[in-house]
Amino acid sequence: MTLALSLPYWAETTIKTVIILAIIPASALTLGYVFLMKTMAHMQSRLGPMEPGGFHGWFQLIGDGIKFIQKEDIIPEQADRAIFAMAPAVVLISTFLLFVVIPAGPRLVVENLDTGVFFALAVSSLSVIGVLMAGWASANKYSLLGGLRAAGQLIAYELPLVLAVVGVVMQAGTMSLQGIVTFQQNGEIFGWGGIGLPLVLTQFVGFLLFIAASQAELTQAPFDMPLAESELVAGYTTEYTGFRFLFFYMAETATAFALAAIAATLFLGGWAVPWVHGTAADFLGPFILGAKVMLVAFLIYWIRFTYPRFREDQLQAFAWKYLIPIALANILITAVFKVVF
Amino acid sequence: MAVTEQQRRAYVASQAADARVNVELQTEDMTLNIGPQHPATHGTLRVVARLDGEQVVWADVVCGYMHRGYEKLTEVRTYPQVTTLINRIDWLSSFANEVPFILAAEKLMEIEAPPRAQYIRTILFELARIANITLFIGTMGADLGAITPVFYAFRDRERILNQIEAVTGGRFHPNFDRIGGLKDDLPRGWIDETKSAMVRVREFCDELEELLMGNEIFQARTRGIGVIPAEVGLSYGLSGANIRASGIDWDLRRDQDLALAWKDLDWKVWTHPDGDSFARFWVRLQETREASKMVDQMLDGLPAGSIQAKVPRIIKVPAGEAWVHTENPLGEMGYYIVSQGGLGPFRCKIRSASFNNVSVLPWVLRGTYVPDIITILASLYFILGDIDR
Repeated sequence: MTLALSLPYWAETTIKTVIILAIIPASALTLGYVFLMKTMAHMQSRLGPMEPGGFHGWFQLIGDGIKFIQKEDIIPEQADRAIFAMAPAVVLISTFLLFVVIPAGPRLVVENLDTGVFFALAVSSLSVIGVLMAGWASANKYSLLGGLRAAGQLIAYELPLVLAVVGVVMQAGTMSLQGIVTFQQNGEIFGWGGIGLPLVLTQFVGFLLFIAASQAELTQAPFDMPLAESELVAGYTTEYTGFRFLFFYMAETATAFALAAIAATLFLGGWAVPWVHGTAADFLGPFILGAKVMLVAFLIYWIRFTYPRFREDQLQAFAWKYLIPIALANILITAVFKVVF
Repeated sequence: MAVTEQQRRAYVASQAADARVNVELQTEDMTLNIGPQHPATHGTLRVVARLDGEQVVWADVVCGYMHRGYEKLTEVRTYPQVTTLINRIDWLSSFANEVPFILAAEKLMEIEAPPRAQYIRTILFELARIANITLFIGTMGADLGAITPVFYAFRDRERILNQIEAVTGGRFHPNFDRIGGLKDDLPRGWIDETKSAMVRVREFCDELEELLMGNEIFQARTRGIGVIPAEVGLSYGLSGANIRASGIDWDLRRDQDLALAWKDLDWKVWTHPDGDSFARFWVRLQETREASKMVDQMLDGLPAGSIQAKVPRIIKVPAGEAWVHTENPLGEMGYYIVSQGGLGPFRCKIRSASFNNVSVLPWVLRGTYVPDIITILASLYFILGDIDR
């Protein structure tokens, strides 16, 4: 990374952009293969793909990607063509921006913003616009219902997502993701600094709230009303085919990865390894973070494969009547502890 | 249980919405066609729903996309050939379709199958019920968004289908019942295998009771949704688990005297007072468990002897009319056969359960929300072949 620092600004930016652009499909492929195909299959007592690529069907998703790109690009006659074409890109941009602030090592971060948490939560809600555009522009009743459901849901769950994080921010005293990781690395549990202080220990309620709210942000079961395939066929993606559908799919899975990474960073200590500092942490960090991401993602997908889905009104009630009051109480208690100790 | 206040208000709201649509100032009503091609209809049923937002103000069911004319086709078939056709009415429990038809023909010919044949018929009938309802338990979860139960259902239904296949040679369409008895006796070792399969069925029921029925979201989605009061259910001709879930204790296996093994068994008819989607699911789950116990009892008490009564080589049914109905997995299924002494029926009216079961939909869908349409469709449990015949 010392090499990268000596490059001119435009070259550095280009390299960073390319890296993120590579991370999005890579993370989507990893999560898609490990969880959507294999874990899900084993939970449902079946095998999942076994043939493509030889070993346990590892090539399946790449093959699917190739298939999607070959497909005809159909735009419905009644559709609003420009908006219809733009919507998947908007959704993907939201995912792209999420990856900007996630640190994978002491220096392995695209942009260490002082307001990293704030930025991440802000851009994660950008996808609502894309979803709404897709739902509206498709000129399809199922899409419209799906888009509106998605908009209502994403806005409602943005609030518990933010409030869940406030406790962490208060305890760490910083909004920079890098700062939160450092805080956890240097923290002590009752004077014992062996593993630092993963904030999941003190902010366990916040962690659960964050998982629940990010589940809703990802529109996954039990909050998959917008895509409910037994009701709305495929929700706002009904009219999308080929690579445009691939964009939605990739954005969804990569966002799952990004939100899991943020949860791992905020609550599980991110890339931090005890006893390892400096350049060694730069090499080990991505692997440590990756392992924690898979842990959180497993939790997210486990819930997804187990639960039936909420109805729209129950979903709203769940956010406003349970998640938000609990989050507020959590903030209050955190504040009291912060002042007392 | 009378019409609930919610239903009455929904009805008034729908009347008001109907009136609004015709005036010049259009409201934001939207007509949504659910089906004929839609994942939740499990086939080609079409539900036309007029929505105000996501609330249904008016709904109607359009069926007939899969009409195959079986009633007419029976007129140009001989009696043994008809079973091949009627296998395909309710295709998930094919053997259960054959039994009432054969019984009706036997009634006209005034013969009765030997006790062993009666027992094996009942065993296969109950196995067909288990195979059918197991799948319902899974797909109900799938329709509510839980994707895992349906795979468990397929996994455990496979054991039942294997047992049916071992006897009849057909997984889906056994075509095994004959006038006066059965095609074959049970194969060797079948009884033990079936008993272990029944243990697995009960384990599956326990598993799903915990995984799906105990789930808070499942309960929130089904309790109080699609309430069918008893008198409404009766007036629409609902039958089977749908009417038992409304508190009517009515089961044709117990309430009539047929030449089948049910009267010898110790079993219970399950009812539920609520009449909502949860009650329908609950009753079916209990019935599956009860059916597996019945199969166990029948396997223990299986009489020895012949499986075929003496019948002429060429079956001619004497002139007359006969009506036999049985408690099929989906509800009451009956055949009204008119014979003029020929090789095949002169006229055969098929009363299938699903047709009446879905006829209540326009009544029960008023005032519900779009997700509830799916819950109600799933919980009423129909097979498209059983609606359209």
